[in-house]
Amino acid sequence: MYTTVDRGPDVHEPSIPDEWELVVGLEVHVELSTNTKLFCGCANAFGAEPNTNVCPTCLGLPGSLPVMNGAAIESAMRLGRALNCTVSPSIMARKNYTYPDMPKDFQTSQYDQPTNHDGWLDTPEGVRINIERAHIEEDTGKSTHVGGDGRISSAQYSLIDYNRAGVPLLEIVSCPDIRTADEAKAYVSELRGIVLALGVSDAKMEEGSMRVDANVSVRPRGSDELRTRCEIKNINSISSVGRAIAHEANRHIDLYETGERPIQETRHWDEEAGRTRPGRSKENDEDYRYFPEPDLTPLVPTAAELEAIDASLPELPGAQRAALAEAAGIEPTEASLIVERGDAGFALDAIAAGGDGARVVVHLNNNLAGGVGKLTAELFAGLVNMETAGELSSTQTKEVLAEMVETGGTAADIAAAKGFEAMGTGELDGMLDELIANHPDEWARFAGDDEGESKKMAGFFTGQIMKATKGQADGKVVAQLLNSRK
Amino acid sequence: MAEPDSQPALSRDEVAHVAKLALLDLTEEEIDLFTVQLGSVIETAHDMNNLDLEGVQPTHHPLGLTNVVREDVVRPSIDRAEVLSQAPDVEDDRFKVPPALGED
Repeated sequence: MYTTVDRGPDVHEPSIPDEWELVVGLEVHVELSTNTKLFCGCANAFGAEPNTNVCPTCLGLPGSLPVMNGAAIESAMRLGRALNCTVSPSIMARKNYTYPDMPKDFQTSQYDQPTNHDGWLDTPEGVRINIERAHIEEDTGKSTHVGGDGRISSAQYSLIDYNRAGVPLLEIVSCPDIRTADEAKAYVSELRGIVLALGVSDAKMEEGSMRVDANVSVRPRGSDELRTRCEIKNINSISSVGRAIAHEANRHIDLYETGERPIQETRHWDEEAGRTRPGRSKENDEDYRYFPEPDLTPLVPTAAELEAIDASLPELPGAQRAALAEAAGIEPTEASLIVERGDAGFALDAIAAGGDGARVVVHLNNNLAGGVGKLTAELFAGLVNMETAGELSSTQTKEVLAEMVETGGTAADIAAAKGFEAMGTGELDGMLDELIANHPDEWARFAGDDEGESKKMAGFFTGQIMKATKGQADGKVVAQLLNSRK
Repeated sequence: MAEPDSQPALSRDEVAHVAKLALLDLTEEEIDLFTVQLGSVIETAHDMNNLDLEGVQPTHHPLGLTNVVREDVVRPSIDRAEVLSQAPDVEDDRFKVPPALGED
């Protein structure tokens, strides 16, 4: 199965000056892909006509009462357990604020007794990021600001669609353990992989079913203080996570170095301008006037429920990488892309069917990015075997592979149909004799002491042989032959 | 019994702050009035601080129920025309509201 991979461009963020250290905690909202909303039976669906999935409960009409969606609670606990959290008895709470995206004037969330707490996530590079809590809450309606430049500060009015109001969310709050922008990207990417492996959300940042807010501060390296942080919102891709954090950290450093200091506030990432802009001053927790939601019952998971959840968790990306690395004899980080694409099982099957692990990984990484199509693990192993036995050159292997993906044929049949026959060493030897006779000067330069010249001429002879054989010779075999004659 | 509280239970500033959070536009007279009225409610609640509640668990639900959940099955929503007919202003099938303040 293939999924969209949003790793962002493989670039590393500009580092901050050595004497400063980055301190980042991430709040990641994941929309749980249930059939219905958290507290009512309206459909939980992205992209529906505005205000068609609404009812008295999610519109906050007087007299309506919420009833918890059991499936949402289960998804939340599954994700919590996959993040190594303790799942505890929890209660819902009202977070009071007045804003048109939440017509009840409060968001039903969790406060001092969240469902999941005290977990952790290990990035593929082996950095452990602690997770403070992962609590259940409802999403808000979607506002569109009209007039001005589209930002609310200049808007003439706003239009509200309540289809999203009441959609179940899990908010995963990390500890401020993240020290580089790359670590933040790795955390989000790994979290997304876990969410996809569990199937509890489609986790599409571009559609908002996964949203990342970053709490960013800096401190002098070696200090353990926590300085004023800013919360960065409106980060819409994994690569923006890195860019927004790097920008914000450098903004703080500039302020400190000119004798000023940042103020605690919410800021918005402007992707186009590559900078953050101030939003509202952050409300204090106290201003939300949290209190226990009287219309919903406490959630008390039984030991049996939790055991069933643990037993049903799928193999998570970290374990998949470890398994593939072990089977293929590679580093776990080299298995990242295959695991993200959902091809770890396919790779393991191909290796179990006798395919060389390293070649299986190389082909999946480089030549099967568009999908395995009609290729089966057994057929794939057959092709890899022909390649490692020297019956096909790597160029030929690639060509045969592309056709196998299209047609589902066997490697042997396709290679035969293309006229790819094993180029015997004897045949190549003969060709080489002829080439040496025709190009004595070049041969002398190849056999000489000048390494650069020798390398250049090796390229020349290999190229001539490839030309004569229409690319069917195995480059490695040619190199061996050349060197044996030197 | 409680010692008589020498401090007022609630300050005028706190009432003005809460009114601002709730987007309530109160007159000076109303703030004075609600400071007294809300103050007496809070004083009554403060009486509970005199009870010995050591070892008493907070009540999260009056009936002691837990885990009341429903099946994840879609039920019909309400007709959009009916929904929007209740709104003071509508544009593009959405609720039209004044620009919200204080947030971007």
